[in-house]
Amino acid sequence: MKSKLIAAAASALTLCSGTLGTAALAGAHMSDVKVGMITTLSGGGAGLGIDVRDGFMLAVKLADTGHIEVVIEDDQRKPDIAVQLADKMIQSEKVDLLTGIIWSNLAMAVVPSATAQGKFYLSPNAGPSALAGKGCHKNYFNVAWQNDNMHEAAGAYANSAGYKNSFILAPNYPAGHDSLTGYKRHYTGALAGELFTQLGQKDYAAELAQIRASGADSVFFFLPGGMGISFLKQYADSGIDLPVIGPAFSFDQGILQAVGDAALGVMNTSQWNKDIDNAANKTFVEAFQAEYGRLPSLYASQGYDTANLLISAMAKADIHDQDAFRAALEEADFESVRGDFAFAPNHHPIQDIYVREVIKEGDVYTNKIIGVALEDHQDVYGADCKM
Amino acid sequence: MTFVLFAEQVLNGVQLGVMLFLMASGLTLVFGVMGLINLAHGSLYMVGAFAAAGVAAATGSFLLALCAALAAAAAAGAIVEMLVIRRLYARDHLDQVLATFALILIFSEGTRWVFGSFPLYLNVPAYLAGPVTLPGGIQYPLYRLFLIVVGLAIAGGLYLMIARTRLGIQIRAGEADREMIAALGVDISRLYTIVFALGAALAGLAGALVGTIQSVQVGMGEPVLILAFVVIVIGGIGSIKGALVGALLVGLTDTLGGVLLPRIFATFMDNSGATSAGSAVASMLIYLLMAAVLFLRPRGLFGGAA
Repeated sequence: MKSKLIAAAASALTLCSGTLGTAALAGAHMSDVKVGMITTLSGGGAGLGIDVRDGFMLAVKLADTGHIEVVIEDDQRKPDIAVQLADKMIQSEKVDLLTGIIWSNLAMAVVPSATAQGKFYLSPNAGPSALAGKGCHKNYFNVAWQNDNMHEAAGAYANSAGYKNSFILAPNYPAGHDSLTGYKRHYTGALAGELFTQLGQKDYAAELAQIRASGADSVFFFLPGGMGISFLKQYADSGIDLPVIGPAFSFDQGILQAVGDAALGVMNTSQWNKDIDNAANKTFVEAFQAEYGRLPSLYASQGYDTANLLISAMAKADIHDQDAFRAALEEADFESVRGDFAFAPNHHPIQDIYVREVIKEGDVYTNKIIGVALEDHQDVYGADCKM
Repeated sequence: MTFVLFAEQVLNGVQLGVMLFLMASGLTLVFGVMGLINLAHGSLYMVGAFAAAGVAAATGSFLLALCAALAAAAAAGAIVEMLVIRRLYARDHLDQVLATFALILIFSEGTRWVFGSFPLYLNVPAYLAGPVTLPGGIQYPLYRLFLIVVGLAIAGGLYLMIARTRLGIQIRAGEADREMIAALGVDISRLYTIVFALGAALAGLAGALVGTIQSVQVGMGEPVLILAFVVIVIGGIGSIKGALVGALLVGLTDTLGGVLLPRIFATFMDNSGATSAGSAVASMLIYLLMAAVLFLRPRGLFGGAA
């Protein structure tokens, strides 16, 4: 009761003080939050989880509130382990909020039960359509994107680039189906071919032969992680000379160095890049390089934004007053490194999705923004969300 | 489907097959000679790829990288055999599976510890890059032709080694009767180390060759390992000839199935559904093939008597 009073007083003060350093003032009265981070730190795909963790912890360190405790566990990219970890964090660690999951299938296994047990969940990456639509929850916030967004933007870019006959391919699993659906939602041209590959496939000789024979004028693919590395290297070696478009996942900082020259000039869509011109992003990119000695990735930017969203809400409300804390999260009153950021009613982002081109800066492969594919973009599933 | 496209897909199937053979030959030798199930064979594949990527980054030479892959995987194989595997020969298969599964975890986390979590760069050297035009107007990547040639050369070399050399005689004798060749004065534990290192070197070479056009990352060996097990079950456990035939069968079935099935399904379904269903069935094809072979010949195509 007493602590609630203090929190109320603090927020009242914050409101009155207006432009006075709100963060600093509220910080002094901030209540503690225990965060459970379940992410992938070993096995294939660990690079993504490590980046989310590093971005998140960097924001926690820079804000230096002294009120955030983070428990980090490795899900090994296995849904069953993620579920066990979530149970442990909720029941014995008594965390207030969960975050960190990279993969949609793991998110589907953990998020509904965590939110049903009255915990907040902030997604730094996975955005399955089910959680944006019918399965949305008042305590679930996605700080990255809904899964379809980047593919929709790729389709929109294909139109503006004048492509009329795309060959499209993705792995045969739910996110792969969403990907091709997302691309076709905005793309208005014809399809030279549509292929589903096996999840985890590393050899694309058969697909490349079909692309060569199809008469396509462009290739769209969604092959995250190692699949994308393999595809691009083999594509470059096959002598096929068609423009390639894809979502940012296959062209991210963590894997570009492994693809090398084969990725140069490829167009990809993303809500973030290191050259977005705002103060928050500048601070983030410099601090990340100073702290970890590498360029930040898309995933690191999402981890960083997730922590800053949390900190912004902590400055306004006590997490144990769930309604007030939720309202504070909904305001999304933080400086996102991607620029303008707001939550739609289904707690998914409304944001610009950019088109980036892979370039080489000195010895390092990286991306440069060349335009906006979709402005203030929001997912299509929100209409089904009844909170 | 045109002839050119079909021919290209057959080449792709053969290329996949010969690379699988490099993996499967080591696995089948180790199983045949020592009666050991080695789940960590995929880790040796990964060791080869990482060694190659490391040396290629340091020296810029692709040939040196391949040598490093052979050497590193052989060394890792020999060390593992002497430290761990040697204690498992007398144990049952469950213990072997458990211990070699533990080795997978140790190798994976060890590699991450040394090289980090992000995939490494290893690419086709300039002199093997790009496509060549084959008779009949087929455009085919030179590097994949190189893989086919290397794979077939190694298959030939292995055949000669086993059929014609003293080591080959010992290996064949070891498969037939372990106690007897030990009684005849062959240093059986040295033979086991050599066979294990040889199998490891072949896996490491496959890892480096394939990693060059795929991705060099932790965990890259396990999917290949599963295919290699399918290959040796189809070919008959312990048989090098079986491994070659099985590998080519699996390579061709997987590649051609993935290409042809969606087209067949498309004759009676809409395109999107056909590609989805077709590729789902195609990914099962090699297991159906394995089941069919086991049904008709329970010991595999070239498996001997028990």
